[in-house]
Amino acid sequence: MAKKREANSTFEYELRLYVAGQTPRSLQAFANLTKICEEFLTGRYRIEIIDLQEKPQLAKGDQILAIPTLVRALPEPIRKIIGDLSNKEKVLVGLDIRSAR
Amino acid sequence: MVKSKINPHSQEERVLRKCPTGIAGFDEITLGGLPRGRPTLICGGAGCGKTLFGIEFLARGARDFGETGACISFEETAADLAQDASSLGFDLNALERSKKLVVDYIHIDKSEIAETGEYDLEGLFIRIGSAIDSIGATRILLDTPEALFGGLNDEGLLRSELRRLFRWLKDKGVTAVITGEQGEGKLTRHGIEEYISDCVVLLDHRLQNGIVTRRLRVLKYRGSMHGTNEYPFLIERKGISVLPVTSLGLAHKISDKRISSGVAGLDEMLEGKGFYRGSSILATGTAGTGKTSLAAHLVNAACARGEKCLFFSFEESPDQILRNMRSIGIDLARWIKKGLLHIHSRRPTAHGLELHLVEMHNLLEENKPSVVVVDPLTSLTSGGSQNVNDVTNMVLRIIDRLKQLGTTGFFTALTSGGDALEATEQNVSSLVDTWLLLRDVESDGERNRVLYVLKSRGMAHSNQVREFLMTGRGVELREAYLGPAGVLTGSARVAQEAREREEELKLKQLSEDRQIALSRTLRAAEAQMAALEADRAAAQRELEAIMLERKNRSNSIIEQRAEMARSRKVGSPKPAGTGA
Repeated sequence: MAKKREANSTFEYELRLYVAGQTPRSLQAFANLTKICEEFLTGRYRIEIIDLQEKPQLAKGDQILAIPTLVRALPEPIRKIIGDLSNKEKVLVGLDIRSAR
Repeated sequence: MVKSKINPHSQEERVLRKCPTGIAGFDEITLGGLPRGRPTLICGGAGCGKTLFGIEFLARGARDFGETGACISFEETAADLAQDASSLGFDLNALERSKKLVVDYIHIDKSEIAETGEYDLEGLFIRIGSAIDSIGATRILLDTPEALFGGLNDEGLLRSELRRLFRWLKDKGVTAVITGEQGEGKLTRHGIEEYISDCVVLLDHRLQNGIVTRRLRVLKYRGSMHGTNEYPFLIERKGISVLPVTSLGLAHKISDKRISSGVAGLDEMLEGKGFYRGSSILATGTAGTGKTSLAAHLVNAACARGEKCLFFSFEESPDQILRNMRSIGIDLARWIKKGLLHIHSRRPTAHGLELHLVEMHNLLEENKPSVVVVDPLTSLTSGGSQNVNDVTNMVLRIIDRLKQLGTTGFFTALTSGGDALEATEQNVSSLVDTWLLLRDVESDGERNRVLYVLKSRGMAHSNQVREFLMTGRGVELREAYLGPAGVLTGSARVAQEAREREEELKLKQLSEDRQIALSRTLRAAEAQMAALEADRAAAQRELEAIMLERKNRSNSIIEQRAEMARSRKVGSPKPAGTGA
């Protein structure tokens, strides 16, 4: 499931999605996230999927408690959105995304 | 629900295993510690010592019981925790380095989190799980998971996740300590006590007369007996110590050995042998009756035997005691130099009763003295707790502790003038073995000290009152004058004694005079007798002389007659003496 879009150097938006196994909720979150990014951040983002069941030690770094958690590592400051990202408006506010234009 | 019914007679009940905390006194109350493999809730207000309790549980487990521990902190960073723990003498960093402990700081900041849609706390589970697995922890501290309520909005979800967490910990078989801040009308702010029902411990601190007393109570301990009382506890440099009163039994060994009180006259009153070793002695009296001096004598005598002594003073500094005792000829300084005597001075108001008690306990542990003096007990009432019961309890605990250790305890208590002399404020008089009563007797414009032995268990003590003198060579006991004029002390006694001596002298003189007179009479009579004898002898001699003369004369008359007859030539002589 872990895959990188456009493995280039840096993107305006560096996003990490923390999940724990392929639960329906995680899959749902990933689907919701890709949809929003494609719509608003085409070509300007990268999503990293981190499965804590495989790498539990990574939970410490971003202070992950809730699953799924989306972390916006860039642009700073760090922002976190927890939940299955089903509410598009909230995700946009949470990621502080201005539409590209 | 986590609350599963436990049949009191089930197998589980009988084999409920305990996990020793190592916290002094707590394992006694709980008959072995916390329930092993189950979560325990430690709750209480801010600053009551919840976190320290948890840290001590982990640190002692790692250090003393070979159990590894995981510390999940929601409030303090690992560095802060290490600092807190070092104040109790635990080096968390060293424990971490040796893989006996793992500390994870879980932080949640509401301002950087937005919530959208459904989620769970699997991340938290994974973190806790990985912390536990990293060193195979069997103990865990969660301090305090309620902080999550401040970071996440979905309270219902949080509750169900916490419930799942506690259950999960139980399934993993780790012994968990979960802390919770006390809420209004509830044990914890968010009521997590609902989910932790195996063991609940309540910590509390109360302000009384400006002095804080910490207390601990085991509210609930499923499947185990436990002490139900409120126990005072302390946080001091060696960690938490809980002081169970009731766990101490009356089964201490006693000694038949006797030790000198250091005052010859007092030993004399106690069958000539002094106090029993390991007994407790109370000296009560009004101010200035010599209680401390008596104590100093006991200490002096013990140190001279090479025994260790501990002197708790609540009124005087060590230097002051040394100086004052020097004035009555007792040099305590040399014993301090030799390391036999330790004087511990504290203002009773310095801290609560419990801390005093713990200080005493610790010093007893450290010094292992054979004689302990507490001077005076009474000031403990004035400092801090006005509650006489507390003080009595404390004294009871000291006495019990001393008896357990076989240490002789000497307590002084001040009675104020208005009180009944034969009662102590602390109601401790019935707890002690020997009770000395010191009194002032006022007469003829002076006050004098007297001493009674009010009671002394297990010996035929003197029932007399003795006068108590403080001299440059220490305390001396004199027999008070008991005569028709009553008990006399001080100069009255001296005067009376002088008077008696005078009278005796007078009597002696009188008899001597009479002796002389009589012998003189005797001698006179004897002389008279000699004179009379001489007279009688003289008379006798005279009488004899007269008789002789008369005989001579009659002879000569006959001769004359014969002569005359011859001269007259009257015939032949006629029978003489007839018809001359």
